[in-house]
Amino acid sequence: MASFVSNVSTLVESGLRGPVLTRRRALALQVGAVAAFLALWSALAGLVVLLKLFNPIFLPGPWLVLGALVDLAAKGQLWIHLAATLERVAIGFGTGAALGVALGLAAGQLAPVRNVVEPLIELLRPIPPLAMLPLFIVWVGIGEPSKIGFITYATFFPIFLTTVTGVRQIDPVLLRAARSLGARGLGLFTRVILPAALPDILTGLRLGVALAFFVIVISEFIGAEHGLGYLINDGRNFFLVPQMLGAAVVLGLLGYAGNGLVRLVERRVIRWQHPT
Amino acid sequence: MTPALGPKIQIQRVAKTFSSGRAPALAEVDLDVAERELVCILGPSGCGKSTLLNIVAGFLAPTTGAVRVDGRVVTGPAPERGVVFQEYALFPWLTVTGNVEFGPRLQSRPAAERRRTVDRYLDLVGLRAHADKFPAQLSGGMKQRVAIARALANNPAVILMDEPFGALDAQTRETLQDELSKIQRVEHKTILFVTHSIREAVYLADRVVVMTSVPGRVKQVFPIKLPEVRDRFAPEFTQYEADITRVVKEEVAKVRE
Repeated sequence: MASFVSNVSTLVESGLRGPVLTRRRALALQVGAVAAFLALWSALAGLVVLLKLFNPIFLPGPWLVLGALVDLAAKGQLWIHLAATLERVAIGFGTGAALGVALGLAAGQLAPVRNVVEPLIELLRPIPPLAMLPLFIVWVGIGEPSKIGFITYATFFPIFLTTVTGVRQIDPVLLRAARSLGARGLGLFTRVILPAALPDILTGLRLGVALAFFVIVISEFIGAEHGLGYLINDGRNFFLVPQMLGAAVVLGLLGYAGNGLVRLVERRVIRWQHPT
Repeated sequence: MTPALGPKIQIQRVAKTFSSGRAPALAEVDLDVAERELVCILGPSGCGKSTLLNIVAGFLAPTTGAVRVDGRVVTGPAPERGVVFQEYALFPWLTVTGNVEFGPRLQSRPAAERRRTVDRYLDLVGLRAHADKFPAQLSGGMKQRVAIARALANNPAVILMDEPFGALDAQTRETLQDELSKIQRVEHKTILFVTHSIREAVYLADRVVVMTSVPGRVKQVFPIKLPEVRDRFAPEFTQYEADITRVVKEEVAKVRE
């Protein structure tokens, strides 16, 4: 450790939050953790082969998973599955987000809308979305509409709820200030209510992205011919564990990237919360 | 400027009861404020002075009576009545400039004019150098300066200030009083100013209105006949302070009984 606690403020900082790491050191630890995980995985997979603990087909090493992915990519299949999943998530999440934000803004502002919509949503919300998947299939069939509709259904709730919260917790003094400066109707909405609720809306979008990747996989288990979920299920049928793990890794990376993307937008759009 | 026909603000028999059956918060207040006059309302806490200001602002409706500004009855908040709040109430997502030009933007003023307005009022409150900062980067005193500039930039007929310096430390508070007094010598706005600081009232006001304890009504009005630029240590100043303190104390004692 390079720095020695040399003054009271760093001492307090260190006491409250632990020592501050430099960016490079933090990055080294993060990369190290991933590398250690891969090493442990490799060691376990190697041990299974060497000691003949069980059929190594159940636990392929990371190199086999990577090999399966490279193989799928080389055959041009990976892109087809990736694109299928991404398209469903984009359309489903986009629709869910639009509905959740629009209805959430209306319900947050207008008491009559809130009183009509909220009880219905509070009744539906506790039902795990997965329990509704068979119903979606019965209603709209096994094709694309049920998969996309299902993502829309699942992502709607967190986005709606955080949007309502965002609108409801706007400081009333800000609304008074805006009104006494002449803001009314649409002007009040676009210049005050929307920006004030934006941090909460973005939190909802982040939850929604995560949920979209969560539910798409399951709906791709059933009656899909493409998609990362299909790859996993197909791998199960044919005992292709590397393919199953490979698809899971891609899903993980997608979720990570999606979250990072919303965070990036967040940091740009609500820079005012932590200006430098 | 058109010559004033009668008082700028007329508060006529305004009373407020928050829920029927309960004691009124405000009992029949009558008060006129002339154009270019700064009137301070003083009173024990809970006497309804902020309620009165909220009624003039249009945030609350009076139970009986009416408030008129330029002869028109107040029915809700409007840009003719600018408000400065104790909590600053700056829009945290807008920069200092964004906050100050909020009103002119709503009126779709051209960019060049908005820029002139912002420059003028930021100069007036000494914050030109902080034009691009966000409220989170400002101290309490700076935030309240922005709030004052924002109210002025909207060019309201009257400005209502609800204990605007109440959240500031004593030092900053006096600095802002000095600045408001200076601004008033330039701008000559009609200002209704609620405070619980007698010193602040004597320093700023053309007239000090002392209210009774709940239910609030006007107890006594003190015209302050001191020069525009005031000295807090002048004997005349402390005399006013002492006279008003005596009247306020009677009301505070009533609350304790």
